[in-house]
Amino acid sequence: MDKIYAHPKSLRNIQTHYCPGCGHGIAHRIIAEIVDELGIRERVIAVAPVGCAVIAYDYWDFDCSEAAHGRALAVATAIKRVRPENIVFTYQGDGDLAAIGTNETIHAANRGENLTVVFINNAVYGMTGGQMAPTTLLNQKTATTVKGREAGIHGYPLKISEMLALLPGVKYIERVSLHSPQEIIKTKKAIKQAFSNQIEGIGFSLVEVLSPCPTYWGMQPKEALDWIKEVMVKKFPLGRIK
Amino acid sequence: MSGNEAIAEGAIRAGCCFYAGYPITPQNELIGYMSVHMPENKRIFIQAESEIAAINMVFGASAAGSRAMTSSSSPGISLKQEGISYIAGAQLPAVIVNIMRAGPGLGNIWPAQSDYFQATRGGGNGEYRCIVLAPSSVQESFDMMFSAFNLADKYRNPVIVLGDGMLGQMMEPVWLPVAGCRLPVAVKKPWALTGCKEREQNIVKSFYMHEGDLEKFNLLLQKKYAQIMDSEQRYEEIDTKDAKIILVAYGSMARIAKSAVKSLRAKGIKTGLIRPITLWPFPVKAFQQANRQTGEQANYLSIEMSYGQMVEDVRLAVCGKARVEFLGRSGGGVPTEEEIIKKVNSIK
Amino acid sequence: MTEKIIIAGSGGQGIMLLGKVLAESAMEEGKFVTWLPAYGAEVRGGTAHCMVVISDDEIGSPYIDRADTLIIMNKPSLNRFSPRLNKGGIMIVNSSLADPKESSLNIKKYPFTDMAIKLGNIKVANMIALGFYLNNRKTVKVKSVLKVMEKMATEGREDLIKINQEALDAGVKLKDG
Repeated sequence: MDKIYAHPKSLRNIQTHYCPGCGHGIAHRIIAEIVDELGIRERVIAVAPVGCAVIAYDYWDFDCSEAAHGRALAVATAIKRVRPENIVFTYQGDGDLAAIGTNETIHAANRGENLTVVFINNAVYGMTGGQMAPTTLLNQKTATTVKGREAGIHGYPLKISEMLALLPGVKYIERVSLHSPQEIIKTKKAIKQAFSNQIEGIGFSLVEVLSPCPTYWGMQPKEALDWIKEVMVKKFPLGRIK
Repeated sequence: MSGNEAIAEGAIRAGCCFYAGYPITPQNELIGYMSVHMPENKRIFIQAESEIAAINMVFGASAAGSRAMTSSSSPGISLKQEGISYIAGAQLPAVIVNIMRAGPGLGNIWPAQSDYFQATRGGGNGEYRCIVLAPSSVQESFDMMFSAFNLADKYRNPVIVLGDGMLGQMMEPVWLPVAGCRLPVAVKKPWALTGCKEREQNIVKSFYMHEGDLEKFNLLLQKKYAQIMDSEQRYEEIDTKDAKIILVAYGSMARIAKSAVKSLRAKGIKTGLIRPITLWPFPVKAFQQANRQTGEQANYLSIEMSYGQMVEDVRLAVCGKARVEFLGRSGGGVPTEEEIIKKVNSIK
Repeated sequence: MTEKIIIAGSGGQGIMLLGKVLAESAMEEGKFVTWLPAYGAEVRGGTAHCMVVISDDEIGSPYIDRADTLIIMNKPSLNRFSPRLNKGGIMIVNSSLADPKESSLNIKKYPFTDMAIKLGNIKVANMIALGFYLNNRKTVKVKSVLKVMEKMATEGREDLIKINQEALDAGVKLKDG
């Protein structure tokens, strides 16, 4: 009998620390599957963020580095320059990539580093207790915008993928979502593309993944998925950006 | 060759394979030299977007197994502190050069030694130590880079080379070993991130979430630090055996102190000098030995381009067994030979 | 013997080069030597200076509080550095661009810039001054300086060596001002 499904070798078969309905588990698994499918487990080096996914290295079974908050792309730049034969990717949240690490993000992209970036956008700070993120939507309530985000006080949701698309060093950007099985399939395709780009030496590739955070959105898991579909994608439209 | 260039050339010959930095006076000749000679030797040079990015690039390069360094001057080194703390916590070897200028804040670009506390006490968050080396001539700046990288690799620990604007900018003749020895040094790093081929996963991290784990790790660090304190104290001592007053100075300040010792000796005043070469570990052994030799009869004078930082370590080292005086200037001013002589005369 | 020299002028006058040629000549002769430039924002305002210490013995401070020799190439430098001359020291002044009010035995002046123009290149005023300095203080041999000049010149610019050597020679031949 043919085996048509198995647990990915690159993913440890253990319980995660993520909340029920969180998108990180799905994203981790997608990456593990891709690493297996591309046969790069022995070449891949991940850079984990500071944030909810800080211990991603406990779940992935391949080489991983931590990075200080926001500095993943500086760390990854150096790893890739030292070991161009390895496949190096960063896994970063919205606070990491688009607030404290904006500088590192823009400049790694602008140098056209041959890296893969998986950018998890859940419009909120999870690890620290649900505070405003750079990608928090207007009127969205968070622990630090209890009456909802107001443009005049808190600024607008930062569309960093669109900003990065302007840079000549950036070769591929796509925004995807985890709100339905169909979208998860598209997410996997996009991330696989971003890895393949690196293998082929094409250059800086980033996939922005809209991901649910039911805990800090104050919703049931199903409601959170619907919120992405009905509200979040209107501000962060899906599809290929570059 | 200038001090900055000598440090750069020393690093390249010591097998530095990765440099990331950001321009700041008075260390610009260092990054300038690296930008030309690193690529020439097939090494990696990156002008980073900030000091913060630069130190984190060093983190990444070192995690990937490369001999890596960065350089800056005081305000830039402040920015690097977070990264240095992570490097110490992840037990990565790295070399950080600080060509000190006067502060606080933007201060000015003149030489100073006011980052002594920052360098020797940790500087960033958490309890950690950097090995701190202080060259006092251009030749020593060159030579010391070999020690810096070797110590970093030996202990998997950040090493700070602490110079100042005067040392970085001045030119002096340097003897370079025969050219052609610019080969990267192969050191086995089984912990490095290379891809998990035929081995278990490697993780480079400073994060210990589970109860008790961090405490265990910190005790391990403390054990390492104790070993470094025991075996890596380095210093130069001049004429201490019969000295009534022993000057204590490091870096470029020690040059001026050395001149003062000569002048004072010529006038029959029994003066000596202890020049700490490692600032951490502080060379306590030099003071214990001097105390023994002089029968605890010598007084000490700590001379600094700061307002009394190293003097605290001198006091700890002599352990109340001798009088410890201080002479210092900061903000760009450098204690002169005349000022030292005057101070010595006021003590005796 | 220890000789402390401050060389000062404006950017473009080859102040740093003058100091470097002198320092490297001392190195050529196996002497202890340090060269310390003014750097950073200070040299952006159009002024430049460097400090050279040459000695038979190990050198303490490369920074010079009181100089044995001042080589002054313009007026702002004259105002700034003339109080820092040691008793018994000499001050060499480029009288094309600076006019010391007082006259004393230890002030020696020649119009180096005008002389350089006559030689055909205004930029070699520094080397005339260096030649004149060597005439006054035998810190290093003229032979060593010529050797250093040849080493320092970029390939294909032998014409530059020639005019610099001519300038040095002109300076050496000047009567004690």
